[in-house]
Amino acid sequence: MEIVEILFTVSFWAAATRIATPLIFGTLGELICERAGVLNLGIEGIMTAGAMAGWMAVYQGADLWTGVVFAFAIGMIFGFIHGLFTVPLGLSQHVTGLGLTLLATSLAYFTYRMILPDVPSPPRIEAFQPFAIPILSEIPFIGPALFKQTALTYLAFVSVAVVGLVLYKTPLGLALRAVGENPAAAEAQGIDVYVMRIGAVMIGSGFMAIGGAFLTMSAFNAFFFEMIAGRGWICIALVVFASWRPGKALLGALLFGAFDAFQVRLQQALGGDIPYQIFLMLPYAFSILALIVMSRRAAYPKALMVPYRKGER
Amino acid sequence: MKTTLRRGLGILALAAIAWTTALSGAAPALAAKIKVAAIFTLPVEQQWISRIHKALNAAAARGDIDYIYSENVANTDYERVMREYSEAGNNLILGEVFGVERAARKVAKDYPKTAYLMGSSFGPSGENFSVFDNWIHEPSYLTGMVAGSLTKSNKIGMVGGYPIPEVNRLMNAFMDGAREVNPDVKFTVSFIGSWYDPPKAKEAAFAMMDGGADIMYAERYGVSDAAKERKVLAIGNVIDTQNEYPGTVVASALWHMEPTVDRAIAAVAGGSFAAEDYGSYSYMSHGGASLAPMDAKLVNAKTMAAIKAREDEIRDGLFRVNVNDSEPRSSK
Repeated sequence: MEIVEILFTVSFWAAATRIATPLIFGTLGELICERAGVLNLGIEGIMTAGAMAGWMAVYQGADLWTGVVFAFAIGMIFGFIHGLFTVPLGLSQHVTGLGLTLLATSLAYFTYRMILPDVPSPPRIEAFQPFAIPILSEIPFIGPALFKQTALTYLAFVSVAVVGLVLYKTPLGLALRAVGENPAAAEAQGIDVYVMRIGAVMIGSGFMAIGGAFLTMSAFNAFFFEMIAGRGWICIALVVFASWRPGKALLGALLFGAFDAFQVRLQQALGGDIPYQIFLMLPYAFSILALIVMSRRAAYPKALMVPYRKGER
Repeated sequence: MKTTLRRGLGILALAAIAWTTALSGAAPALAAKIKVAAIFTLPVEQQWISRIHKALNAAAARGDIDYIYSENVANTDYERVMREYSEAGNNLILGEVFGVERAARKVAKDYPKTAYLMGSSFGPSGENFSVFDNWIHEPSYLTGMVAGSLTKSNKIGMVGGYPIPEVNRLMNAFMDGAREVNPDVKFTVSFIGSWYDPPKAKEAAFAMMDGGADIMYAERYGVSDAAKERKVLAIGNVIDTQNEYPGTVVASALWHMEPTVDRAIAAVAGGSFAAEDYGSYSYMSHGGASLAPMDAKLVNAKTMAAIKAREDEIRDGLFRVNVNDSEPRSSK
């Protein structure tokens, strides 16, 4: 049957991987924040800021990788703001995060307009181009789907591995998880909870920013302030889906990418009989179903959204 | 999400208004100039809005008008900005009211001395509320003829934002044009549910090209980029992107707002502005729409001659392109 055949085409999985890339970065970033006990709803805005910052750096003459680093740095600055309000001041993580999304989105567009006040059409940059990784791209089926992508997609794969290793195999990772599970115990071990949490939020926000930068520097080559289009919120759900584990986060992002790629093809195969809105809805409906199944056994960090106050009993 | 930004822009706009008022107070000679304000729901570089912005900038450069604008105004905030500009004493206010049709008409009623010219799916109303729209179905038909003659696989892919009348009628005209020269042609139509999500538009386009489409109708940003990556041809819409995508975009249906804007300015200056439908000033016969020069390397002389002949017929009123606002569907 035509619809099932879609799932066995290389181009479908290549598309799924492309769509998943910004989500991998975003989910990974959110996961790092939440593992340290801080929910970061600033993600949507931080991704927008990252999309703008990275793109603008390249537009102003920097090379692509400098742009990526710049996006990461901008993400860290916003992460620092979020950390400052939620960790030592212990303010509501929901309100701060949403406020940060408003601030970062608006500031990104404001800066864009200050630098480029009157342009007749969206300015473009030379974006990352796909390239094949030797040997790996020659693996039948999986090779061309996963290893004929742009550099940022490979960076996403590598990041998952690195974050997983750091989180589970290093003292730093142990400390990070400890402040998210039981900050008082971590403090007793001589770990500075505030430094740990703010640091985690900053690094996590940096990853989110790269997720945004992927959209303006790899998936497309121009910036528009609404172009994150809810991808940040999807990452929040994907963290729950992943039970706060990097490997599962990669899987979840790829799954959502596959749903979206499938939706596009299904709309074209069956279009005309069913309203297009139904297809656009499908990835979200599937995700909710997946979330219900997966989250039943989800073990969330025990100190998530609980501010830590030194000496409080 | 846009609130903070809008507030910032609102303050800027107020400052701009205060500044222009101060200026005209200092130099009374300028007072005769018509004050025009525009309110856009998206940034001025968005393809549809860029055409209006361009025509108004040209009028300002000629010295006919003083021009100020607010961009990125959310529909929920649109009425307030309209009132602010009306209160500030602007003579003519332009914009797009597709999301606030009723509220905008109410505002116009409250300010009978102000002239309103708004992009709208409905008709004019009251004494001072005129409407325009991008009626470029004629050149869209012609680009359809280009696509129909160039396709080898007989499969054309079309990616749109939302199926609203303004989009549908151009797509339908394009399809009619393609079918005229090539009855075997098949269409795949996809909507992405966003006015600006180029990565998503690209994915829809890639999927169509995977399915064999060898010409893409680029209603949204991103489609031409996908076509370029796969070395497939594309047809442009509203703006001319042939220079940005040489060898990819073969033909484009262009919209020109100058005839509409200039006529409204003249009417306001002459005191004869009334509630009218300015739609026909976006037709080819008024110079409101045109077919961008086709890529001579890709379109052969015979096809070009046939299209030119059809273009002349449209301009002379001998051929009428059908207006069909219903949602276009993929071929079976």
